Amino acid sequence: MSRVQVDARRLLCPMPVIRLQNRVNELQPGDEVEITCTDPGALNDIPAWCRINGHAVLGSRRQGNEWIIEVRVGDGDR
Amino acid sequence: MSQPQRKAVALISGGLDSLLAARVMLDQGIHVEGINFYTGFCVEGHTHAIRKKDKAKPKRNNALWSAEQLGIKLHILDIVEEYKEVLLNPQHGYGANMNPCLDCKIFMVQKAQEWMEKHGFDFIITGEVIGQRPMSQRKDTMPVVARESGALDRLLRPLCAKNLSPTLPEREGWVDRDKLFGFSGRSRKPQMELALHYGIEEYAQPSGGCCFLTDESYSRKLVDLWQARGERKYELDDIMLLKVGRHIRPRPHFKLIVGREEGENNFLEGYRKQFIHMYATSHNGPLVLVDGCLDGEADLQLAARLTARYCKVPPGELATIEVNYGDGTQQQLQVVPLPEPEQKLEWTLQ
Repeated sequence: MSRVQVDARRLLCPMPVIRLQNRVNELQPGDEVEITCTDPGALNDIPAWCRINGHAVLGSRRQGNEWIIEVRVGDGDR
Repeated sequence: MSQPQRKAVALISGGLDSLLAARVMLDQGIHVEGINFYTGFCVEGHTHAIRKKDKAKPKRNNALWSAEQLGIKLHILDIVEEYKEVLLNPQHGYGANMNPCLDCKIFMVQKAQEWMEKHGFDFIITGEVIGQRPMSQRKDTMPVVARESGALDRLLRPLCAKNLSPTLPEREGWVDRDKLFGFSGRSRKPQMELALHYGIEEYAQPSGGCCFLTDESYSRKLVDLWQARGERKYELDDIMLLKVGRHIRPRPHFKLIVGREEGENNFLEGYRKQFIHMYATSHNGPLVLVDGCLDGEADLQLAARLTARYCKVPPGELATIEVNYGDGTQQQLQVVPLPEPEQKLEWTLQ
């Protein structure tokens, strides 16, 4: 299992989702991604993208003006 | 022997029509996955994310929301770079503003066609309705989109299919043509009735589409950008900044981007390293980016006085404006805010 970081700071939605999607497409089920965003819209969009594409949001936290969302890659089936 | 389940890729904009088109296909047992394109000009989300006054509005991405309502996967494609050619050299020209709607539709269907082939899908569906849009959704442009995108008869429009020749999915019996629709015209009533039939009560209703290029003010600012630079080129940051702030061009070689409220000032903060920027240290006021070059003391004074004009400076007081240059140097100017009558109307790009 690997854990990778994705920097989506200063990007407005849907770019953080696209950055996450493109990284997830390179990973294996069970791998984890930690994505850092500054657009609060990502707090809605990333969980929505995960739900419809079969991935799991492990948690999210705020650090100043940044939000960090942890995602576990699913097997592609909802 | 049972037939394999056929697979369709649906162009999902986040509006009602594409939602319904996909729903109609799901009803016929088709496996549907959605595709959504990010051009950089999408209205969706950005201004809500930036402007503080819009913070109360829902920040959801409507394409993701539609996909979730449908229970389908959604793939969002970043086409910012490739889209430049569509906007800069549209073969079919522009609409009322800088919107190359027909070329845009052709390009998106073409990208969907590539995605379809790569992922082993059988056909493409869109929520197009004949007569719904004056440029891209007309009876005579429907075949143009199918032909020039390369999708040909693998492009199915479930909402108006009965007004068009049968496509491959219909002829092969993958979908039942009798259960498709013959909507046409600008009326939204048939779609709203179909939504009611499916129990869909909530959906996005974008007025004027979901693209900034259909917006007159935005288009004017884009053309101004090209004129000022002497070439028709843009980067993603350029087109993002056109969505934010007051744009004032007092001289051909520079313009000011003035934050209108806290959310916009915060957004503009992210561009401080790329632009000369200024703000008042003596009074409350906006962050101002200078796009272009300040050519001499007169330009510097004018920019500083314009910045002061948008600060809360009581009559008779001077404002201290800090100017920050790209090399990290700073300078402070004491200026009288430019009186409103001296700011020419034509300077404001709107």
